[in-house]
Order: sequence, then structure tokens, then C-alpha cells
Amino acid sequence: MLILHCPYCGVDADETELAAGGEAHLKRFGPGSSDDELHGYLFTRENPKGVHLERWRHASGCGKWFHAARCTATLEVFGTYKAQVSGPPQEIRDAISAKRPGWSWREFS
Amino acid sequence: MSTRLAKQGRLIDRSKQVTFTFNGTTMRGFEGDTLASALLANDQMMMGRSFKYHRPRGVVASGAEEPNALVGLGEGARFEPNQRATTTELFDGLKAASQNHWPNLDFDIGAVNTYLSRFLPAGFYYKMFIHPAPFWKHVYEPIIRRSAGLGKAPDRELVDADTYEHFHVHTDVLVIGGGVAGLQAAKVAASSGARVLLIEQTAHWGGRAPVDGGTIDGLSPDEWVSRTLAELEAMDNVTLRARTMGAGVYDHGYALGYERVADHTPGVPGPRHRLWRIRAKQIVSATGAIERPLSFAGNDVPGVMLAGAMRDYVVNWGVTPGQRVVVATNNDDAYRTAIILKQAGVDVLRILDARKEGGGALADEARGLGIRVDPGKAIAKVKGGKRVKKISICNQDGVGGAREEVEADAVAMSGGWSPVVHMWSHCGGKLIWDRANAHFRPDPDRPPLGADGKGFVVAAGSANGPLALDQVMADADAAGKAAAKAAGFAAKRTKAPEGAAMAENAMEAVWLMPANAEVQLRMKSWLDFQNDVKVSDVQLAAREGYESVEHTKRYTTLGMATDQGKLSNINGLAILADALNADIPQVGTTTFRPPYTPISMGAIGGEARGEVFQPVRKTPIYDWSNANGADWEPVGQWRRPFAYVRPGESVHDAVNREVKNTRENLGLLDASTLGKLIVKGPDAGKFLDMLYTNMMSTLKPGKCRYGLMCSENGFLIDDGVVARIDEDTFLCHTTTGGAERIHGHMEEWLQTEWWDWKVYVANVTEQYAQIAVVGPKARKVLEKLNAKAGGGMDLSAEALPFMEWRDGRIGEFDARAYRISFSGELSYEIAVPASQGLAFWEALVDAGKEFGVMPYGTETLHILRAEKGFIMIGDETDGTVIPQDLGLGWAISKKKDDYLGKRAQERSHMADRDRWKLVGLETVDGSVLPDGAYAVGEGVNANGQRNMIGRVTSTYYSANLGRGIAMGLIQHGPDRMGEIVEFPGTDGKTYKAKIVDPVFYDKEGAKQNV
Repeated sequence: MLILHCPYCGVDADETELAAGGEAHLKRFGPGSSDDELHGYLFTRENPKGVHLERWRHASGCGKWFHAARCTATLEVFGTYKAQVSGPPQEIRDAISAKRPGWSWREFS
Repeated sequence: MSTRLAKQGRLIDRSKQVTFTFNGTTMRGFEGDTLASALLANDQMMMGRSFKYHRPRGVVASGAEEPNALVGLGEGARFEPNQRATTTELFDGLKAASQNHWPNLDFDIGAVNTYLSRFLPAGFYYKMFIHPAPFWKHVYEPIIRRSAGLGKAPDRELVDADTYEHFHVHTDVLVIGGGVAGLQAAKVAASSGARVLLIEQTAHWGGRAPVDGGTIDGLSPDEWVSRTLAELEAMDNVTLRARTMGAGVYDHGYALGYERVADHTPGVPGPRHRLWRIRAKQIVSATGAIERPLSFAGNDVPGVMLAGAMRDYVVNWGVTPGQRVVVATNNDDAYRTAIILKQAGVDVLRILDARKEGGGALADEARGLGIRVDPGKAIAKVKGGKRVKKISICNQDGVGGAREEVEADAVAMSGGWSPVVHMWSHCGGKLIWDRANAHFRPDPDRPPLGADGKGFVVAAGSANGPLALDQVMADADAAGKAAAKAAGFAAKRTKAPEGAAMAENAMEAVWLMPANAEVQLRMKSWLDFQNDVKVSDVQLAAREGYESVEHTKRYTTLGMATDQGKLSNINGLAILADALNADIPQVGTTTFRPPYTPISMGAIGGEARGEVFQPVRKTPIYDWSNANGADWEPVGQWRRPFAYVRPGESVHDAVNREVKNTRENLGLLDASTLGKLIVKGPDAGKFLDMLYTNMMSTLKPGKCRYGLMCSENGFLIDDGVVARIDEDTFLCHTTTGGAERIHGHMEEWLQTEWWDWKVYVANVTEQYAQIAVVGPKARKVLEKLNAKAGGGMDLSAEALPFMEWRDGRIGEFDARAYRISFSGELSYEIAVPASQGLAFWEALVDAGKEFGVMPYGTETLHILRAEKGFIMIGDETDGTVIPQDLGLGWAISKKKDDYLGKRAQERSHMADRDRWKLVGLETVDGSVLPDGAYAVGEGVNANGQRNMIGRVTSTYYSANLGRGIAMGLIQHGPDRMGEIVEFPGTDGKTYKAKIVDPVFYDKEGAKQNV
């Protein structure tokens, strides 16, 4: 029963208000992409023990999608940020680095 | 014998007698008794039988850790199995029955298992029931099913007579456990101004301290508890709840409390249980410690009890479990039991202290009372069946030879104390091995972490390791202050209360008694009393290669009973570690999972039962339908009429009547449940081009187009008609069950992928009532309404052609009329504001009388669409079907570069020409194909099953055609028109059907386009 801060409405939302949306920052591959690219986009997911970037929706609240950076092992939340970005903003990366120096996740670190 | 003492019993009121029955026998107890103490007072030591061997079992503990004394409680709609007698408060009229025996507790057929126990070792089930294979279904499974399960399930015909509720609570500090540690932690935390919730699982405050003695700040524990309780009650920021167990601790400070509001007053109005759903900034775990049994032969014979529990029965309830008692121990604490028994006038024969050096000050006191203390001695074996009869005594450091026997009727045993670390461990708090006390305790450096990465649970008192009263009070004080500080408050700088108790000698780990017990003894030394796991079973598992404690647990069933190993876990893993030649911390513990003790399903459900279990969505026409014979069908959260059944008709008759009448005259369908999504904005057309497989941006205002939606995996997820309202606005119809899902799907893509596109989506499903007016006379009835009102929308074929829509007035109503058809008939779907829905429906029913109007339900809707070969999401699709499978290639735009699912539909398996494709199916004899039946082809697969080549997706009796019709997905189906395919049914019959075109009725589509 996590609590995540919704960056849109400002509510510290209980997990019962939220819907999990899987891995964050997937790059969409459509027509013209290779089989490998499509396979990676549709099926290959990170499953780290540690820092993870995820999508959540404040489904029973303001309805907005947002991102969360958290540790899957300790449940520590490094920060939440809006959905309209293709990677974690600098302040989120800094917040993770402060707690988990040397972290990396896909192409981000 | 066990009996009530003349004196003592701090929790009972001897002036208030209570009558209850056990297995039909009437017995008496006092107010304040537990069922266990009252049974003991009536010399009922044996309270049940074990699970596997049906061995006689007596009560062994006095609280939540009890593994044996489980009873069926109450009767009828209030019957509940597996209730612990030790935590059941006695009340007048209580009815209890023992479990796990047949025909009765004293004489039990299943007890023969105990003589077979040599042949029923650990892993027996896995080894035995493998061969021969056919035996599983016909012999093993029926026998196992009959003997499986603990207790008796309540009568399936009865509904629980009680009510339950949930509380949602936010607090700064939650203190779990109302012993002296919990009270002190709550008091100091509250002194900081923090909101404090203190919960205690029993009906009493103070925990064990009043039984164990000593002083706190110079007061007796009882006096200190009363004083502190009064202080807490006077504080506005403190909430106290007795009878409320801390059931579990979860992520980010979430905790569950389980309040047994009325278990002791059944039938009193109000909830029986209350589930507290708590959000706390900090949680103090002050849950105390549990005593460990000693592993000696016959330690499961009724009359063998934990020493602390025996002390509880004397002090709290004035009951002695025996008249001639032997005490076996590896620590000083058990001497307290001997002393208390002796002072109560009970014969204490011996104290067998496994330690060669024996005890300290408490031992001196015992000797002073004339009790014989034998250091270095052990119990070799307890003899007796349903009751302890003889104890044979040996040296602890031997194999169990050179025995001396004494006659006794009860044994008090103590293997040391283990902190209750459940609340610490549930959410990931780690443990360290404390060699001095031979127990696992919370590792303060590795607590469970909150969202901020800091610990949110603090252990206090004996739950944290310390057992002596002075250390307990200091530890609890520090814990309360730490919790307040971590919650953002500053606790007052007060001095910790001073606890004082007699000094104790160090305990000594004893995992087997005697230390090198021979195998005949180990085979009778129980670890898990409820599940019948013995020392020899764990040793066997180790010999067979089980090294992980988690695997051993599952192989032997150690700790898997309803008590979840509260008594057995540490002893079991010590035996395992010894057998593996490993250190105990290396072997580790199994995982502690909530709830601490089982909580009722009723409490979990709370108020969510009956009508409020799930809200039912009703259209504006619901009440009319209900009054006119609707046979209801759940569709998502909606209720839709399956058919409108007339008096004297069967549902089947009603469907056949509706089907024919709609084709011949006039039918009305309440289609209000269809999803209606407004998609609006300059980029709305571009957006819908991505969502639908076909082109929506080219649709002209005033026109409608049928569209398909796929997931990014290419699979068909929804369909419906899209109407373009104006240049920037579309109205998308979804399936009844799809409105919320598709709305979410649109929002997800708009917010997370195309967030720069200018589009809004609104779900207006419930703003409109939508009625399908269907049949050859559809136009007539609408024109009649217009004529009556003196004008209205032109509904002619020229003014409103097929697949177009218009806004205007129909009769007295503001309407939007869509010329769309899901039946193949002349059809208008008319949306009016929801508030006018019922009036519009009634006007249509009234005006339609001369045209033979009949409302129709979802089954007729299905049959009419199947006659026309129209697909239904959820019938023809199941999440693995793509539009191309369904012959819907015409609805997939070839001009678009991209749409969701387009790339995935190019994958090799999606483009495979061997995919099963949609066809119509006609049985050779006109009968109805079974739903979901598979078509079989030549040959068999690797499992020897016949190869499958397709399946039935929709099947109905068509009254219009006078025969069964069906649709199905068949390999190479469209290329095999006219072939006969076989469908074996689950009824043993094989059905034969011819592959035909899926359009059975009006192939030219002439009827809808008039």
C-alpha cells in the first residue's frame, strides 16, 4: 500500500487511488520498425531490484498519468514527476543519485 | 486433574457465574474466563485432536499462539470453525465443539494414523501419491478430500448473521500491544503532542507483567498499569482500543487492526468485527514475546504446557492444570511457575533444569519453598495417552537412558522466549540472532523503510529482545521517544520508569531433550503440534537434501498450520541447522506474513456485501423493464434485460417471440448502456485515425462510420459507430462493457504519448438514454409521434439516409437520431437526455401499439446480429483475435501510415494464413451447436489429443430461420465453404456442421436500407 505524491493535483495518494501502468519512458515503435525493435517495445521490460522508473495513474483521483522513481527493494520513493517527458528530469536524477550513487536504468543514470 | 483453585484469578469475577456447553455437556465458568480456562476448571484438558495423526491434544498456551485448542464455536448462521479457546472470552450460553475426530473426541477412528506414523513420514504425500497414475483420480484424491481441512465449514446454505465494518484512521504513532512496554511507549509518544493510537489484542491491559511480578517505579505492575492507563485516557490525542489485534504492517506505514467488537456478546446490535485500516507515520511494535516449547518425547500429551501459560492460568483465572506438576526448563523464568504453583498449594514434584549450573535467585527461592531442583536433568519421555501419567527423567547430556520415573499429571516446559517480530518483519524489517537469549530479534539497523527511505517501525520491550523488566521499561521509553521524533514531534525529556525484577542466570539453548536423544524419542518429540511435525521429520528432510528452511517448511508442513509456527519455527530451524551442521542465523527464518492470527473473512469484506458489494448501474428505463417482465442479465456493472418474459411464457419462448416480432413488426431496445465518448479538438480527427483501424478524419459531419479499435499488440479490443458532430467533434460509441476502459485507453495515449495534440475526451455515457427503434415499422411509429406533436425531424430515407445522423425534435423530445443498425432491419437509434429517457420510451410503447411493438432484450439483440453475421466483442474476440481473422479487412485503412496495432499485425504469426478465420456454421440436422465447442481435424497432438482446427464463438437458435445458427473460427475456414466439420460436445455426442457464409439472413442488406 504505497503512498505516491500526484504531481498534478498535489495529493499524497494512497495506492487504492492509483493504477499501476508498468515501465516508464517506453519508446514507441510503429510501422517501418524492425522485428527486434517492435519486440523490445512490446515485450522487453526492466525488472530491477533497486531503482525503477514507473508509470502510475491517479485513476480514482484527478485521472492524470504520472511517473514515479522508486526502489523496488526498499519501497523508497525518490520522487514523482509529470508524464509529458521522455526521461526523468534532472532534479529526479539528482534525488536518486543522492540516495543511490552510481545508479543506472536503461540509458539514464 | 485440572481444577479451579479456591483463591487467585485476577481476571475473573467469582460472583458472576456463566454457563456454557462443550460437546453438548453443560459446564460452568466465571465472567472473565477464557473458554480454555473454563474448560480447565472443568477438568477438560483434552480439547481436540491433531491434523495428521489425530493425536489427543490439550491446551498448551494461554494466548494467540495456541496451536491445539481449536474449537467450532456457535451454531447455525453464527457457527465458526477453528476458534482458539485461549482467545475466546467466555459468555453465558456459549456453545463449543471440538474438532478433527470421528465419531467423538474420546474415541476417534482416525487416531489409527498415529500407529501408522512410521509409514507417514515427512514428504509422504509427495512420495506416495505419484504412482500409479490412475489411482490419483479414483482412489487418492477422494480419500484426501474427505480427510482434508481443519474443522468443519459453515453450512453453505446459511448466510453469516453478523455485520462487519471498516474504519479508516490516520495517526502519527500507532502502538501495537498494550503490555507495560506498549503503555509506556504510547505515554511518552503522546507527551510530545503526537496523535497516538494504542491497540491491544486481549480485553486487558498490561500484558504479562502483572503475572510475572516485579515492580515499576516502586509500584506493582497492576498498580502501574492502572495509573498509566488513567493518564492515557485523560489525553485528548490518545485513542485506546482493547480487543484489537495488530494484524499486519504494510508498505509506507499502512497497518491493519482487527477489532473483535462483539465476539463475547453475540447477537448484540452492531458490528461483530471491525477492520481498522490505519495510516501511521510511525509504528511501535510492542508485541511481547512467546515462550518456546522443549522438544522431548511425548511433549504433545495433554497436560504438557508452556510454563508461562500455566502461570497465567493460576494467576489470571485461578485454575491449576494439574495436581502433581513437573517443571522442565533451560532458563530461570520457569521457576516463577513452580513458585506460583507451590504457593497456590499445588504439588511441584521437580524442577528439571537442563543447565548443569542450574538457576539463580529464583532457584534459591524455589528451594526455599521446598521444591526439589535437579540441575542437568531432562525429561526423557512423557507417558500417557489422553493425559500425562508418568514422567521418565534422564540426564540432559545423554541419549535418554538410566531413567527414573515419577507419576505426575502435568508438565510445565520452557525453552526460552522469542520476541514476537511479526510487525517488524511483515514489511521487510530484518532480524539478528541473539546468542545469549537464543532468539531472533529486530536488527535496529535494518528496519522496514517508508517512502522517505527511513525506518517506520520501532520495536519496544520484549518484542525487541529484552526480557527483564528493568530493560523492558527503558527500551519501551526510548522506543516511544524515537517514534515521536521520527513522526516530527519532540517528546518531553522525562526519565524512563524504573523496572525492578529478580536477577536471572543466563539461559542455555536446548533444542533437543535429552541432547542426544535416540531415534525412538525423536520420533515422539513434537515441533509443530497442530500439523504433527516431529524432530525426526525435519531431520529426515535434511537427510533427503532439503537445505533451505522455506523448502523444509513446505516438505514437512512445519509451521504451515493455522498458528503459522508461532511455537514451532525457532525449534524447527534449530533442528534443521543442527542436521545441516550450519549456524542458526545461516539457516534463517521463514517469511513472516500477515495476518498475525487469522482474521475473519467478514471483517475483510466489511460493509461490502449484498446490495453494496458492487454498485449496480441502471438505465432510466430500468424500473419500467423491471415492471414488465425483464429477466435481468449482468453486463459489466449494468443490468440489462435478457428478455421481457410475459406471464405463462418461458424465457426461451419470450426470446423467440421477440426475435420474430422485431423482424416482422417493431422492436424497442434500451441501448442506453452503450458507451458514448465525446472526442473534441483541432486534432480529434488525427487522434481517431490512430485509435481506429479505419480512417475517421475523412468522415463528414452528419455521417456515421463503423470502426474497430486494436491494442498496440494488434488484437481487437472494441468496436462501435463513430458519428462526426462537427469539424472538431466526434461521438464514439463503444461496447457496453468498454466505455470506461476505452475512455482510459484514449486518456493514456493522449497524456503519455501524444501530449501535444489538442484533444479532449469526455465520457457522456450516462448523459443520454438511447433507444433503438427497430423493424419494418420503425419509421411509422416515429412519424406518428411527430404527427401528434405537429411536426419534427424529417425521418424519410432521403432526409436521413442509412449511416447518417440528425439533431432535432421527435414528438415532444429533443433527440439525436442515428440511422444505424445492429440487426439488419430498418433502425433508428435515438438518443434523448437521460432525464427524458423513460418518457420517450413510454411514448414509443404507447404509439407503437398499433404496429405490434414489443421491447426486446440482449438475447434477441445477439440473435439478430448473428443472423446478419455481425461480430460481438467478447464472443468473436477473446484478446487473441485480430480484425483480419474476422473478415473485417474492409474496415482497415490501406491509406494510413500508422494506427495502434498496425505494426504488430505485420508480425509473422499475425500474417500466418493458417490462422483460424470467421465463418458461419450450420448443423446438418438443424440443431444448436454447443457454445465454445472445438472443431477437430485429422490426427492427434503430442499429448494424444485430437488436433483442433477451430471453435464455435457464437451459437443460437434462430426462430426466424427455424434452425440453429452459429459463427466460429476455423482454420482456412473461408476456403472451405460447404465442408462438414465435427465438433465433439462435452455431452459425449459429436455435432456435425457445414461451413457457410456468416451472413444467414438478408445477404443483400436490403432490409436495413429502406
